[in-house]
Amino acid sequence: MSELLANDLITPDAGESPLLSLSEVSILKAAPLTRLSLRARDASLKDAGKAFGAALPVNPLLAETSKKRAALWMGPDEWTLLAPEEDCQALFTAIEEKLGDQPHSLVDISDRSEAIIVSGEKASWLLNTGIFIDFSIESFPVGTVTRTVFHKSPVMVWRTGTDTFVVEAWVSFMEYVTGLLVQSAQELEVA
Amino acid sequence: MLLIYCPYCDVERAETEFHCGGEAHIARPSDPSQTSEEEWVEFLYMRSNTKGVAAERWRHIHGCGRFFNAVRDTVSDKFLKFYKAGETMPDLEKISKEAGK
Repeated sequence: MSELLANDLITPDAGESPLLSLSEVSILKAAPLTRLSLRARDASLKDAGKAFGAALPVNPLLAETSKKRAALWMGPDEWTLLAPEEDCQALFTAIEEKLGDQPHSLVDISDRSEAIIVSGEKASWLLNTGIFIDFSIESFPVGTVTRTVFHKSPVMVWRTGTDTFVVEAWVSFMEYVTGLLVQSAQELEVA
Repeated sequence: MLLIYCPYCDVERAETEFHCGGEAHIARPSDPSQTSEEEWVEFLYMRSNTKGVAAERWRHIHGCGRFFNAVRDTVSDKFLKFYKAGETMPDLEKISKEAGK
């Protein structure tokens, strides 16, 4: 749990009971967040980063974090910006003003997806029941973020700690994702 | 399952994250109003359907979303080269020779 608390942005939703709580792995619903999708050219990155409060990573699959901010690399010209729920309007205006007429696209996608926090020593094992990615710490170090597929649902996976992953899926797919994760975790109970 | 390297993400990922976009390096007619029907047919439908080493477009649809190109041996399904969209077509003959074909 200590790793979870180290992240000031993604916090468990206090109003929700854990979807799964085993000694090896737990799944918690994350509290709502501001999510902004930014597409911009290289020349605008500095300005966008300044207005947002965290630099935009230019290296693939990386996340840059600062206090209450996270900028996630999604593609060579695409970033997802995370911030607390209440900062949405202010941030949106700040970035729009800073970028002015530089070519860019900024869209509020806060309500498109939900996040869960999968943590525990068996977290990567559990995710690997539906994701074909090597989650060893060497090839998927802490701070790596990527879009991928979980069984048949597109998801975003962000490793925030050695044994902690944030998994985002579209709202209507979340039940499918959590349902399969909880079901796969039954294997641990039997053992 | 095929493992495909995405030159934008700089990682090798499973085939399920990708979508094949058919033959690469097919240029759209630059002046549509001056293009004859035969030329449109050629552009839209006629593909070389190579048996052997061919250049294809792929899209990392469940990743960075980018199109890129790959050289694949359509017989063995082995990928021989990956390169970003917009880069010139590599010498396919040379690649197939290097691969021992």
